[in-house]
Amino acid sequence: MPAVSKGDGMRGLAVFISDIRNCKSKEAEIKRINKELANIRSKFKGDKALDGYSKKKYVCKLLFIFLLGHDIDFGHMEAVNLLSSNKYTEKQIGYLFISVLVNSNSELIRLINNAIKNDLSSRNPTFMCLALHCIANVGSREMAEAFAGEIPRILVAGDTMDSVKQSAALCLLRLYKTCPDLVLMGEWTSRVVHLLNDQHMGVVTAAISLITCLSQKNPDEFKTCVSLAVSRLSRIVSSASTDLQDYTYYFVPAPWLSCKLLRLLQCYPPPEDGAVKGRLVECLETILNKAQEPPKSKKVQHSNAKNAILFEAIALIIHYDSEPNLLVRACNQLGQFLQHRETNLRYLALESMCTLASSEFSHEAVKTHIETVINALKTERDVSVRQRAADLLYAMCDRSNAKQIVAEMLSYLETADYSIREEMVLKVAILAEKYAVDYSWYVDTILNLIRIAGDYVSEEVWYRVIQIVINRDDVQGYAAKTVFEALQAPACHENMVKVGGYILGEFGNLIAGDPRSSPLVQFNLLHSKFHLCSVPTRALLLSAYIKFINLFPETKSTIQEVLRCDSQIRNSDVELQQRAVEYLKLSSIASTDVLATVLEEMPPFPERESSILAKLKKKKGPGAVSVELEDGKREGGELNGGGERGDTPAMSASNASTPSPSADLLGLRPAPAVGSAPPSVGSLLVDVFSEGPAAASAGVNDDGFLSGRDLEQPPETSDALLAEGPGDSDSAPPPAASEEPAPPLPEAEDLLNKFVCKNNGVLFENQLLQIGIKSEYRQNLGRMYLFYGNKTSVQFVSFSTAVSCPGELPTQLNLQTKTVEPLIEGGAQVQQVVNIECLTDFIDAPLLNIKFRYGGALQNITLKLPVTINKFFQPTEMVSQEFFQRWKQLSQPQQEAQKIFKSGHGIDTEVVKAKLLGLGTALLENVDPNPENFVCAGVIQTKGQQVGCLLRLEPNAQAQPGEQMYRLTLRSSKDTVSKRICDLLSEQF
Amino acid sequence: MKKKKKRSEPGPSQLSLHHIESVFVAVRPLSLAHVLQNLTKLREKMHFMLLFSRQGKLRLQKWYVPISDTQKKKIAREVIQMVLARKPKMCSFLEWRDLKIVYKRYASLYFCCAVEDQDNELITLEIIHRYVELLDKYFGSVCELDIIFNFEKAYYILDEFILGGEAQETSKKNVLKAIEQADMLQEEAEAPRSVLEEIGLT
Repeated sequence: MPAVSKGDGMRGLAVFISDIRNCKSKEAEIKRINKELANIRSKFKGDKALDGYSKKKYVCKLLFIFLLGHDIDFGHMEAVNLLSSNKYTEKQIGYLFISVLVNSNSELIRLINNAIKNDLSSRNPTFMCLALHCIANVGSREMAEAFAGEIPRILVAGDTMDSVKQSAALCLLRLYKTCPDLVLMGEWTSRVVHLLNDQHMGVVTAAISLITCLSQKNPDEFKTCVSLAVSRLSRIVSSASTDLQDYTYYFVPAPWLSCKLLRLLQCYPPPEDGAVKGRLVECLETILNKAQEPPKSKKVQHSNAKNAILFEAIALIIHYDSEPNLLVRACNQLGQFLQHRETNLRYLALESMCTLASSEFSHEAVKTHIETVINALKTERDVSVRQRAADLLYAMCDRSNAKQIVAEMLSYLETADYSIREEMVLKVAILAEKYAVDYSWYVDTILNLIRIAGDYVSEEVWYRVIQIVINRDDVQGYAAKTVFEALQAPACHENMVKVGGYILGEFGNLIAGDPRSSPLVQFNLLHSKFHLCSVPTRALLLSAYIKFINLFPETKSTIQEVLRCDSQIRNSDVELQQRAVEYLKLSSIASTDVLATVLEEMPPFPERESSILAKLKKKKGPGAVSVELEDGKREGGELNGGGERGDTPAMSASNASTPSPSADLLGLRPAPAVGSAPPSVGSLLVDVFSEGPAAASAGVNDDGFLSGRDLEQPPETSDALLAEGPGDSDSAPPPAASEEPAPPLPEAEDLLNKFVCKNNGVLFENQLLQIGIKSEYRQNLGRMYLFYGNKTSVQFVSFSTAVSCPGELPTQLNLQTKTVEPLIEGGAQVQQVVNIECLTDFIDAPLLNIKFRYGGALQNITLKLPVTINKFFQPTEMVSQEFFQRWKQLSQPQQEAQKIFKSGHGIDTEVVKAKLLGLGTALLENVDPNPENFVCAGVIQTKGQQVGCLLRLEPNAQAQPGEQMYRLTLRSSKDTVSKRICDLLSEQF
Repeated sequence: MKKKKKRSEPGPSQLSLHHIESVFVAVRPLSLAHVLQNLTKLREKMHFMLLFSRQGKLRLQKWYVPISDTQKKKIAREVIQMVLARKPKMCSFLEWRDLKIVYKRYASLYFCCAVEDQDNELITLEIIHRYVELLDKYFGSVCELDIIFNFEKAYYILDEFILGGEAQETSKKNVLKAIEQADMLQEEAEAPRSVLEEIGLT
């Protein structure tokens, strides 16, 4: 059909295109185009009315110029004129121009809509299709407003031509995607479902896309499509290759429709009706069987079409995850593809198997292909295929094959593409930890990792190895020996030096018996690396040295010499200088006993989720880590947003390792217990939780094994800490208070409310005393610093504080504090730390009682400690769709709490936003259809459970001042949480 | 692969403000910005299709999601560069941003589609092939020049085949029949014109 000659002949256009193609340079082309534009402009402006043909030709030229990448700012009107032409070809060019160069000029849109309206009602199917294509191509809101009501009618009308139905279905789909609110479900909905039964395959093909999209949003209304889809699929699958005539593609019956049907079924759980399910399983089996049949054609199109259906069927099988037989068959089929000569199939097989590996039914079957996958990792020439192989190895890893997989990944890492190294490193680190049976293997693996790809080993990885070594005494000697050996290498990575410094500083004594690794040898080895390292590493090494002085008194003079030299003690870097000065002083004035206590071995770290895993989740999104078979429920953690944690401002503010200005909260310099308080109060959380996910982004923490020391240890133990200094242990315990604590102050509740949306500030103040608070929370843990400032010039005596939990609170909240000095000098300030652990959600606040004598008079004050449930929020980012979906899932009446209340201080958007962020939730933009409203999401982390929480705050800002109201709605999986947060937050506005 | 069970309750967008006194204005229609935001999140079959030459010249572009012109240029440049850098025998799928690029080369032309991450790559490859077949049948062993000089036809054929990013009619015969009918209408409507007039000299 050489149709090109047919009635075509816009010769002027062809000449123009030739001219452009003959242009030798870009400049020449631009010149030619400008000439043409000037010509067209003058024609359009000219007095002589242009006939339709010329208009069409010029509009077409403009279109061509636009498609070359030049801007077009005129001609729209002429194009719109073409729309109303009776000549098909003019109309067609007009529509094409409009579709390509949409302009939201409202005047034009009105004209365009008019033309479309005329064509839709013309009853001429060709014109109708053109109009529908235009709507589908432009898909603007204005068009949706004009036609969203009309198109469903056209779609289901009995007398509509098939081709028009097809266009109408997809046109409606586009409008629905653009403006779901304008496409109203109605009587047509049920009739659309029955289009699945239409005789015309083209109609079914078009309609099913619409149905799939609609059923994703309204699954119940479209439930009936499941059985219809199954029977349609069954008819196609069992048909001979010639039955479907032109819908058979290279001997494969209706591949596009089949894929779409299988995709539609993935919107639903397995059919409940046994007969339907049986039929579907039969279909899936037939599809799997066909994959084994000899190909009916050698053409790649045949195998692609056949395999497209196969992969879609496998996706459905995985979606159901309930038919062990089918899962294993799918896995075997994919196994064959792993060695297929088509790169595409190998890629897809690796990808699909990754999801199969996470099903308990097929995990074992996937594992049998390990050798092939390893081979793929080594030999594939295409990096994207290798990446898939690495992903699959990670997914199929379990205790039985971890050593092999980790070894292979390590060796691949040596030559891996730079783009994927960091991810590979994380994966190796995770697998090594997760499946470590003997920890010496783990230590070896991580050290290898640092050796091979040191640059890509992030902080989390080496933090983690240290945590694990510290927590397991069976591996400490081995670790010391191994790092010692690793440090022998002439060039070793800085991360190796960090790990080496830390581990030898802690456990160097375990290998000191061997003369080859005597204390001095160890020290010299470490110090030989010192000058090549960056400041944070040097700081860490200095800490290791002071630990050496404690471990090996014989090194004291050597190390003191090092500390004393100008390059240390006068280092231009404040941190290094400070450490050198303090350590030198400490080593010379403290007795051996004091040193031994101060520099004691690190206590074990609490077990928490691996920070590395959190980092990987963050890198790849939640899906990527779904390998965690043990964790079972893939959906379980989803409300966490896959690790969007750790970006809270509190964290980024607290990562400074120099003495932090934030410690100076109350404007009074907090009196340090001893002048030598090393690094910052500010970095506390980073240290405390450096193994928690948050540290991933907090980043800067350098070593944390000295400065973090006091934070990690259980508060009761009184072994002296560097921060507290040697004098501390002498202090007398506070005298027991004989008086009963006073009842809470009447304003205690208000004071508490002040801190719902903030963590720092002054909690209480009277003429004598000021109490400041600085607190930080991470997951279900918190740390609160209370600063008691004596505002007078006279000392407070018998100063004591007590934190208590009334009512049920002791089972919900775990609080620990250290006692404070019983004496506060006039003008001085003392600090007290409260460690908080949230066990489960709670309502009441803990009480803080303060007693002291001022000039002989007993002062007895009780306050509420501002620990509220929202402090344990972790913000969760989600997109609109996700939010709505979760909102719907929390639809039981008791899950919702709602309050309507008057605004206290007028409605200021910025203030509201700040408060909502302060609450701890993520403020979600562009989620609520009404931009005035605020929606937030977060997860409350308690020890026992996580409670997902959604919030919606609707102000009526338009109302008169004084009349302004809010409506606050909370939904969470726990009624008490919804209620409590609703109560707390409603007091904030 | 994961799809949540949904309950049939109005989402926040349709939430009725039932137990609310008149102090609250009714939910206002969606803002356009919101729509655009939302739109990219809804599953689209195909985001765009590009045809370009080995020299990287764009021959045809079809966008199924609303994107600004500057973005289009940027994306096209990026994708073209990426695809041209691929070696033969490499796989036809590329991960790009959160989409997947499926491409295939026919003689001097690259055909390239961007689909959602979970979409079926192989069937997309065959979408490309079917389009090539349609062009081939219509032009009679199509070459790059046919598409350059008759770009509007290439667009019409694509519109008949794929609409809004979804396959509308997969039968070759039916698509060509529709185009043929349009051509017939065209013929009837057009009177022969003089050569001079054609080249714009009158």
